[in-house]
Amino acid sequence: MADIMRYAGQAVFYVCAAALTGYLSFRPLYQQTHPGLAQIKLSFSHGAQRVEDCRRLTTKEIAALPPSERRPNTCSRERHPVYVEFSIDGELLYSKSLEPAGLSKDGPSRTYQKFLVEAGVHAVTARLRDSGREAGFDYEMEQQLTLAPGQSLAVDFRSEAGGFILK
Amino acid sequence: MDAIRGLLRFPLDRLERLLGTVFPAHWNPLFNLGALGFFFYWVITVSGIYIYIFFDTGIHEAYQSIEYMTNEQWYLAGVMRSLHRYASDALIICLLLHMAREFSLGRYRGARWFSWVTGIAAMMLIYMAGISGYWLVWDKLAQYVAIVSTEWLDWLPIFGEPVARNFLAPGSLDNRFFTLMIFLHIAVPLFALAVLWMHLQRVVKPVINPPRGLAAGSFLSMLALSLVLPAVSQGPADLARVPGNVGLDWIYLPLFPLLERLPGSVTWSAAMAVFLILITIPVLPPMKRSAAAVVDLGNCNGCTRCDLDCPYEAIAMVERKDDSPFSMMPQVSASLCVGCGICAGSCPTSMPFRRRADLSPGIDLPDFTMAMLRDEVEAVAKRISGPGRLIVFSCQHGVRASDVKHGSCAAVSLRCIGQLPPSFIDYVLSRDLADGVLLAGCKENDCYNRFGLRWTEDRLAGQRDPHLRARVDRRRLKTVWCGAGGNAWLDAELAAFSQEMASLESLPGKAHAQAPRVKEDAAHG
Ligand code: HEM
Ligand code: SF4
Ligand code: SF4
Repeated sequence: MADIMRYAGQAVFYVCAAALTGYLSFRPLYQQTHPGLAQIKLSFSHGAQRVEDCRRLTTKEIAALPPSERRPNTCSRERHPVYVEFSIDGELLYSKSLEPAGLSKDGPSRTYQKFLVEAGVHAVTARLRDSGREAGFDYEMEQQLTLAPGQSLAVDFRSEAGGFILK
Repeated sequence: MDAIRGLLRFPLDRLERLLGTVFPAHWNPLFNLGALGFFFYWVITVSGIYIYIFFDTGIHEAYQSIEYMTNEQWYLAGVMRSLHRYASDALIICLLLHMAREFSLGRYRGARWFSWVTGIAAMMLIYMAGISGYWLVWDKLAQYVAIVSTEWLDWLPIFGEPVARNFLAPGSLDNRFFTLMIFLHIAVPLFALAVLWMHLQRVVKPVINPPRGLAAGSFLSMLALSLVLPAVSQGPADLARVPGNVGLDWIYLPLFPLLERLPGSVTWSAAMAVFLILITIPVLPPMKRSAAAVVDLGNCNGCTRCDLDCPYEAIAMVERKDDSPFSMMPQVSASLCVGCGICAGSCPTSMPFRRRADLSPGIDLPDFTMAMLRDEVEAVAKRISGPGRLIVFSCQHGVRASDVKHGSCAAVSLRCIGQLPPSFIDYVLSRDLADGVLLAGCKENDCYNRFGLRWTEDRLAGQRDPHLRARVDRRRLKTVWCGAGGNAWLDAELAAFSQEMASLESLPGKAHAQAPRVKEDAAHG
């Protein structure tokens, strides 16, 4: 009899352990974002224009180089930073000058940002300059977007595709 | 640190005792957490191999193939999938408890630092393996896990391109990413297994397989759970939508909501801080390091018992170079020795009957010698009187000697119950220092020094050297494996035992009193 009680006790333990495992494996449900919201991601990886185009070195400059490194052209690989501005409904949410990656600043500038907005219609403006100019922009996008609840929209950038792209 | 340990010890102790009422001591799940961990690891491996057969790598194929398993072949592949998931959850539960228990019992210092540190490494790998598993399903939860973990990793300036850009929008992800994930999901657990092998390198005779009954019960409960509540996917991933509501696995992913909401600087510093604390715990104060055992060659005959009994493999028998007739001698590695005294308890030359100058065994603890132990026994014997006098030998990891307050009892504290040479019991009874001897130690099957309790029982039963002499009246000896916190239990046993001894006293012919007081020598009974 005592044995039966012990086995019953063990069974109770196993049931509790399994129930706890099964429960915690799925519940409580986690609500990541409020159901009425939508998300816009602004992310790109873009190499700005080079600071200096390739040019011919002057004879003087060539003479100044050590003999083993003399060459007719110079190509500095350094790039400009990418300056980006992002606004939703006229409100500037993000503006940053993104430094090029790499020790010699020859890599792409990158960003990855997320914004939550109410679902509905929004005016989204994205502007970018990558040519080292002081003012104005090299690329610009202005769009009226209708976002469904829970939608996730990405704003990427590719100069080959002509600028900002929505995904 | 001690306060945190106490805080953890209390609920664990309660649970251990509760489970002790329904499980035999060697089946108690809390005494088998490491072994259960291994058991679940094997369940995960077998079920994993089976579902891998049906798994297709590919953005759409992955989800489809898992749906097939769950819905079409629910009776086998579906069950295997559920087992794979629930055994992984059970593994983590066992590991967290294993870690909390080893910590709460103070089993992380001294020679155990190695098991502790490799344990932490294994734990991190198992978490990584589990989290990577959630990606493979490529459902809403997978999408959530993938995005949050890559965004978190991207905070570190190690990846050029943000890895999270792989999940920017539909079409960003390519199949190669899946191939990489499945590779990680197989390689990381294998690596964890290698680390676990190291984890046990310094554990003498580790219990790797749980007792059959416990294994069967654990497996059946996971199988039942898999049938009652099969693991299912949460709808295909859609990068054009935020995952919204997800059923998180709180066992693997409890920190994900925090990773997602707090800035990377906070979460990474917290993670680094916790990691540093965990791996430095073995050397953080308060440090209590006992002196290592010392060999006295003049009294050693090279019998190898100390080497056989040391639970930490701190003793090696090496060739003896002096001109003694014995060819081998023990050598103690001070870095492995924890000063438990079990070796001194096993040495045939630990004989309290000897003259004081001679009570120097072949191996002894310099800060708690056999001579000191005998002095203490004699001192406490003077404090007890009346019928039913008891001397309690209590292990410092069980009920503290100072807590033994029963009227005609006095207690002597030992490093481990295994430090007690059985001849001391004979000594107490034959010299009439007390009417009975009670040994109190850790819980059965849960000795702090792993084998102290088992060796003691075997010595008393005459199954392991040194034996308890046959002439000792067994009625006058009692063992209570009550563990720390078992004060009430011990008190009750003491009261009953003392009364029993008092009534024995009134019977004619005290067995042990008639034993002749022979002059003892190194030979034992
Ligand atoms: C990852 C999976 C793990 C498995 C499968 C595992 C398994 C084991 C096993 C089988 C033992 C031997 C137990 C015995 O025979 O008494 C053991 C000992 C130990 N484990 Fe783990 N363990 C794991 C993780 C951990 C973790 C995360 C920690 C803590 C950080 C840890 C700390 C220890 C310590 C300190 C010991 C030594 C016990 C002793 O010397 O008495 N383990 N482990
Ligand atoms: S004191 Fe304990 S750990 Fe040290 S050598 Fe003796 S038995 Fe081994
Ligand atoms: S148990 Fe004692 S006699 Fe035997 S080898 Fe060890 S120290 Fe020497």
